[in-house]
Amino acid sequence: MSRRYDSRTTIFSPEGRLYQVEYAQEAISMAGTAIGILSTEGVVLACEKKVTSKLLDDDGSAEKLYIINDQMLCAVAGMTADASILVNNARVAAQRYLKTYNEQIPCEMLINKVCDIKQGYTQHGGLRPFGVSFLYAGYDDRYQFQLFTSNPSGNYSGWKATSIGANNSAAQTLLKKDYKDEISLKEACELAIKVLSKTMDASNINSEKLEFATLSLSSKEEGKIIQKIWNDKEIDLLIKTTGVLNDKSTGDE
Amino acid sequence: MDIILGIRVSDATLIATSKAATRSISILKDDDDKTRELNKHNLIAFTGESGDTTQFAEYVQANIQLYSMRENDIELSPKATASFIRNQLATSIRSRKPYQVNCLIGGYDTKTGKPSLNWIDYLGTQVELPYGAHGYAAFYTTSLLDKHYREKMSIDDGLKLMDMCIDELNKRMPIDFKGVYIKVVDKDGIRLIK
Repeated sequence: MSRRYDSRTTIFSPEGRLYQVEYAQEAISMAGTAIGILSTEGVVLACEKKVTSKLLDDDGSAEKLYIINDQMLCAVAGMTADASILVNNARVAAQRYLKTYNEQIPCEMLINKVCDIKQGYTQHGGLRPFGVSFLYAGYDDRYQFQLFTSNPSGNYSGWKATSIGANNSAAQTLLKKDYKDEISLKEACELAIKVLSKTMDASNINSEKLEFATLSLSSKEEGKIIQKIWNDKEIDLLIKTTGVLNDKSTGDE
Repeated sequence: MDIILGIRVSDATLIATSKAATRSISILKDDDDKTRELNKHNLIAFTGESGDTTQFAEYVQANIQLYSMRENDIELSPKATASFIRNQLATSIRSRKPYQVNCLIGGYDTKTGKPSLNWIDYLGTQVELPYGAHGYAAFYTTSLLDKHYREKMSIDDGLKLMDMCIDELNKRMPIDFKGVYIKVVDKDGIRLIK
C-alpha cells in the first residue's frame, strides 16, 4: 500500500514520512564518498571519483568539486546534473550579495539560500527533489573557517569533520576516532586520505579515483583565501607521504 | 536649502542636520530631524524632495533592521550599509519615478574599530570621505573644512570645527535654517549632542 504515498513528494505517509525525500537520500548513500575536515588553518574536502575510464577525456575540471565564490568550495555526492543547477544558483546568489553589499556573503546565509530551494521541492509538489548532498567548505569574517553539509530535505548542519555518500557512517566512525581539535591542515589532509583509503571499495587508492581540495589563508597577503583543487601529481605525493599504501601491502604479507 | 554636514574624527563620526522643514516660502517646523537610525552604529542623514526623503530613509531603515533580525542580531557594517543604499538609489534612478534623495551615512565599524562617513547622492554616487556635505552647505563649508580638518581629531575638536561651519552658514546663508541637531556615532552607538 505504500505505493499510494510514493508517487508524490509532498504527501506524508501514514507514519508521517516523505518517501520521495527518503529515496533521494538513499540514492546519495550509494554515490561516491566525500569527506570534509575542519582544521585550525583551513578546510579539506576529499572525494571518491566513481566513473573512471582510460577513455574519458580529462578536461582539467574536477567532477565533484565546485568553486562557489572567492571564499567557498563545495563537494557533491549524488546526481551531478542536479548539483550543477544548485551550484549555479549558489554562484548567482553569492554574486548578487556581493553586488548589493560590496562584501562577501556569509557562508551560512548562502547555504541557507540553497537549502531553501531544496526544501521547496519537498513541499511544492509535482516534481522530484534534488538528489544531492553537499559538503561546503567556507571562510567568512564572522566565524572564520567552516564546514557544512546539506541533504535533499533542505536541512543543513555545521561540522568539525563529516562525510556524505557511500559508507558515510563508517567514515564518520573513523573520523570520530581520529579527529582532534587543534589539528593542522596537513594532518587533516592525511586523515582524509587515511579515512578514504579504508572506506573505498577499491583495493588500491590513487589520484585517478580521488579528488582533493583545500581552503586556507594566504601567508603572503592578509585576509586572502586560497582555494586549491589539487592536481594528480600532488594527490599521488600526498598518498605516498601518508603511507596508506605501505600499510596495506605489509598487511597482505 | 536643508543643511546636512558630516565630519569623521579619529574614533567617531559627527553628523549635523538643520532643524527647519520648509515648503516653498514657508518654514513649517523648526524641530525637524533629518536623520534615521539604521542600526546601533549606522546613522543616515538625508535631504532632497521632501516626501521622498522620509519614505526612502524609512525604507532602508526597515531593510537594514530586517537583515539583523534574519541574521541573529548581526549588524550590517557601515561599508555594507552604504553599498546597499547606493544600490537602492542606483536602481531607483533607472526607474520611471526615481527617489530624489541625497544622503550621508555616519557609521562606526565595530569589527575594525573604525568610524566612517559615506556620501551618496540621488544618482548613486558613493564616496567614503573624511568630511562632506550636500547642497548649499557644501558651498559654504568645504573651504573651511579643507583648511581646518586634521587627521587624528578628537570628538571635541570635531565639534569645534562643526560649530565653525554652522557659524559660517549662519553668517552667509540668506535664509534661517533654525539651527542644527548634532549627532555622534561611535563605539557606544548613536547619541544626540545638541
